[in-house]
Amino acid sequence: MEYVNPEGLRLDGRRPMEMRQLRAEIGVLSRADGSASFEMGNTKVIAAVYGPREVQNRSQQMNDQALVRCEYSMANFSTGDRRRKTKADRRSTEISLVIHQTMEACILTHLMPRSQIDIYVQVLQADGGTRSACINAATLALADAGIPMRDLVTSCSAGYLNSTPLLDLNYLEDSAGGADVTVGILPKLDKVTLLQMDAKLPMDIFENVMQLAVEGCKAVESHIREILLENAKTLGNRRGV
Amino acid sequence: MLKNKAFSRQTKQGRVIKEVREHYLRDDIYCGAPYCKSCNVSSARLSASPSTILVLDTNVVLNQIDLLENPAIDNVVVLSVVLAEVKNKNIAVYNRLRALCSNSLRKFFVFSNEYHKDTYVNAMAGESPNDRNDRAIRTAAKWYQGHLESASILLITNDRENKKKAIEEGISAETIECYVKSLGQPELLDLIVQPPSEDVNMDDVEDLRPSKRKVIYSEHKPMSEITSGLLRGLLHQGKLRVNRFNPFEAYVGSESIGDEIIIYGRANMNRAFDGDIVAVELLPQEQWHEEKSLALADEDDDEEDVHLAPNSADDAPRVMNQGQTAPEEMKPSRPTGRVVGIIKRNWHSYCGSLEPMPMPAGDGGRAQALFVSKDRRIPKIRIQTRQLGNLLDKRIVVAVDSWDRLSRYPTGHYVRTIGEIGDRDTETEVVLIENDINTRPFSAQVLACLPPLPWSVSSQDLTNPIRQDLRHLRVCSVDPPGCKDIDDALHCMPLSNGNFEVGVHIADVTNFVHPGTPLDDEASQRGTSVYLVERRIDMLPKPLTEDICSLRADVERLAFSVIWEMTPDAEIISTKYTKSVIKSCAALSYVEAQARMDDSRLVDPITSDLRNLNGLAKIMRQRRIDRGALTLASAEVKFQIDTETHDPLDIGMYQIREANQMVEEFMLAANVAVAEKILKHFPPCALLRRHPSPTKEMLEPLLRTAEAVGLSLDVTSSKALADSLDRAKGDDPYFNKLIRILATRCMTQAVYFCSGDLSPPEYLHYGLASPLYTHFTSPIRRYADVIVHRLLAASLGIYKLPGVFQDRPKLTSISDNLNYRHRNAQMASRASIELHTLIFFRKRPTDTEARIVKIRSNGFIVFVPKYGIEGPVYVTSKGDNGGEWLVDEKQQKIRKLDGSASYGVLGTVRIHMEVVEPQPNRPKLQLTLV
Ligand SMILES: [Zn+2]
Repeated sequence: MEYVNPEGLRLDGRRPMEMRQLRAEIGVLSRADGSASFEMGNTKVIAAVYGPREVQNRSQQMNDQALVRCEYSMANFSTGDRRRKTKADRRSTEISLVIHQTMEACILTHLMPRSQIDIYVQVLQADGGTRSACINAATLALADAGIPMRDLVTSCSAGYLNSTPLLDLNYLEDSAGGADVTVGILPKLDKVTLLQMDAKLPMDIFENVMQLAVEGCKAVESHIREILLENAKTLGNRRGV
Repeated sequence: MLKNKAFSRQTKQGRVIKEVREHYLRDDIYCGAPYCKSCNVSSARLSASPSTILVLDTNVVLNQIDLLENPAIDNVVVLSVVLAEVKNKNIAVYNRLRALCSNSLRKFFVFSNEYHKDTYVNAMAGESPNDRNDRAIRTAAKWYQGHLESASILLITNDRENKKKAIEEGISAETIECYVKSLGQPELLDLIVQPPSEDVNMDDVEDLRPSKRKVIYSEHKPMSEITSGLLRGLLHQGKLRVNRFNPFEAYVGSESIGDEIIIYGRANMNRAFDGDIVAVELLPQEQWHEEKSLALADEDDDEEDVHLAPNSADDAPRVMNQGQTAPEEMKPSRPTGRVVGIIKRNWHSYCGSLEPMPMPAGDGGRAQALFVSKDRRIPKIRIQTRQLGNLLDKRIVVAVDSWDRLSRYPTGHYVRTIGEIGDRDTETEVVLIENDINTRPFSAQVLACLPPLPWSVSSQDLTNPIRQDLRHLRVCSVDPPGCKDIDDALHCMPLSNGNFEVGVHIADVTNFVHPGTPLDDEASQRGTSVYLVERRIDMLPKPLTEDICSLRADVERLAFSVIWEMTPDAEIISTKYTKSVIKSCAALSYVEAQARMDDSRLVDPITSDLRNLNGLAKIMRQRRIDRGALTLASAEVKFQIDTETHDPLDIGMYQIREANQMVEEFMLAANVAVAEKILKHFPPCALLRRHPSPTKEMLEPLLRTAEAVGLSLDVTSSKALADSLDRAKGDDPYFNKLIRILATRCMTQAVYFCSGDLSPPEYLHYGLASPLYTHFTSPIRRYADVIVHRLLAASLGIYKLPGVFQDRPKLTSISDNLNYRHRNAQMASRASIELHTLIFFRKRPTDTEARIVKIRSNGFIVFVPKYGIEGPVYVTSKGDNGGEWLVDEKQQKIRKLDGSASYGVLGTVRIHMEVVEPQPNRPKLQLTLV
């Protein structure tokens, strides 16, 4: 199968180094302390953050830091084919864990001891790159909730098909069976906090693909910052600043 | 990153699932004209100055690809919508169009109109996909018109509706015929495919004018009737295979009746070509015998040519009805049928020449000619040409267009000229085309997969835990002289306990050829390197073949090794498999290795290693023969080629030495060892090689010949056959070899298969008397070995098994392709040898000794051991019915009535070999009695 044609275009008309269209909105759920929706092309996820609040289960309370909990789910209608999923299938558990670890690593939990922060992410529409979209949405929701963070963690994936590194795979490309590298970074600190790959790649190619994913994360970051700035402005306007 | 891209969604309606895909429209897609002021011209491919730019409609590409490949058609814009449609309808044409677009000598530019913000069109409600695509083509043509004002845009379409609408919209449009006529090169008109509408409605012809053309073939059933016939079991579907040696006999392998259906005669084949998928109706059983005679009655003047002696049953004519002598009632009747419909055509283009004919007078030089394909399975093809005089002495390529019921022969069109008949380069190209061998240079994408040159073993390779450092071993290789692609090497080290450590080291090709890369795809497609007399067509690019992978002397190379501990009696104590780094200390030729072993004065380490290896090999060989392996014989020919002119200087039999057998023995052992290992780890998906036991029917010609000379052969098992072959001693030393040669040609060839497709008893390799066998030892020149290397590496836990091994149908199709490529490569090699034999004897009429292998009614077939060829010798001239000769086909004897001469099968005769030209430009080798 040809994923990049000789004219250098991918199946959806992007070039190999191009990301899908990003869209994000903050404060989409009024009851949550912070919320955001994040779209990468046809992948759409929504994140809600509650907290910091009292720890529900006393036995889990920690005296030196906040408890971060994360729940990931996929809406039944998100993939189009009506496949019924058991609530905690292995893939969801794994993604929950990945998001949890990534977010926990950037929240300044020691500032909020004896409290609990709940992050809920749900995939409304899946078209590849759900993991990255979830992390990006969670970052925005945490920022919206005003939770102190080391940095805005952002994520993006890149793959390798037809001997070409490709940024931000969509579902069609993702299911081609090539390598898929998901990277999460703390852009200001220039640190990688998440790195996943589900295939083998020669080292030199892997480095190229990962570098591409990192570039993608940076692009996501600048987009997220713009959204946050705009949001801050509207908030300011509302308050009459 | 995504700047100003407008966004639109394309909905694709699947069967049940609705798929939504993003579709980005762009503003950075350029027109491809170098003189354009507003576009980026770095990738521009159209002509440098404004001139007519052609925009092609899909139907023109699909039907006229032969014409498009002619350099006269140039400065063409290929729209991505057209590419997509062509790809859907005909992948072969698509590949040819893509090749044109990437050919730097041609000005074919791909314009991605489907991704351009101004040329993308949304399907309108109620619009068919076809209409939408036509509109997209017109929109793109219109855009070009507005965008490049200085050039004129011409839409080429043979779709009446599309042309009409285009003109209404102010786009200039032409049919392909009109355009070609305007070029003023009449010979181009030969290339145009005539629309089949010309052969009008059959009913009209029959009813209205009782013309002289009579209906020759019966009607093909409509598809709906075929489908229901297949469902109800009245019809049978299968691929038609025409007998290579008798084009009037064909077979259809049918799954529904579990047997081959035989089709006799052109009328029953009913216009089907070799390779077509056809629907067959069985004939009533009482007709099964009668039809058989059709296969012979049809035969016109097909004379048998002198050809290379066959190496297996696949190269030899099928056991045919032996005239009247073969007892009819003994032969089991096989189902016989006739073709009633063609489900899928396998038409492509064919190489051959025109039947010699006088030049017609007048008619503007337009002539009807009959094309005779080099492939005898293909019927003659009628073509129309305006350059008859020019084509008569040429090899040409012709494509088939149609075949109606009123024509004895199909209609086609001239595609291109290859060169003069008899010219070595021309004929070699014919051989390559006929055998579907890809000789194109490797693409840039494929070459990009190669490691940077100069390559050498790196420190990572040495420290890699999967790889064992075996550089200290005294490894050497033994190959034919001048061999550059050395894929195997050996070592033999005496151990302190009196045993030997023997290693077979194979080039580690899979270290460089990774699954899923363009390099891997290309190699998988090519399947094998092809060896012609004067050239080699590689499966892998030269840097890999001759340098990086080749286990040359005195350089460090990566290898995949099989290492045994063996007792001095060649009993295997242990087998070890490992990736390794080796450093060969000598690359010997067979002759050198043999000379070293024979020279008792030499006592250097390599020579003693060779002697040890040879000693072990002899024991292993004997053991194999005791188990029932057949020592078959074939006549391999060797040419000595003039390095300047590439003409053959000398020709002779290839001499097999002990050294050859020694290397062969260890390769067999390594292959068997690897086969066992991979099958154990991957029972459902190991790629193995099997050699089916010959059926009684296949051995019949051998038995008949043996009986005629009073020899009885036991063919109940390979062991029994091997023993009785050993006992076959005649009056002269060559007799035994001759019998073996005759036995060899009764066997079919070994084939690759996927272990999951068959059950273990069928895995047998009959010729080697081995229950398991595979190919591991030549990964540089065979793709099967590449797959086996991956399987072995996975079984050792070195790599994960590539995904393709989970996909059984894919695996089966790979092994089918390997068999096809392997077979074609062999046929090409044989054809190349035949060609060079012809060239060699052109200037050298020769008298030589030959052996009679079969007696026929008008003479006999002789085999010429010295040159490895065989062919007919006629004792009576054609048409003369025996006359003074008496033929006894049962006893396989022929004698003159007056008793002055008599010949028997396997007897020796002296013959004269000479190249003659019975028809101008059709040289052939003729054998006559001295
Ligand atoms: Zn332009």
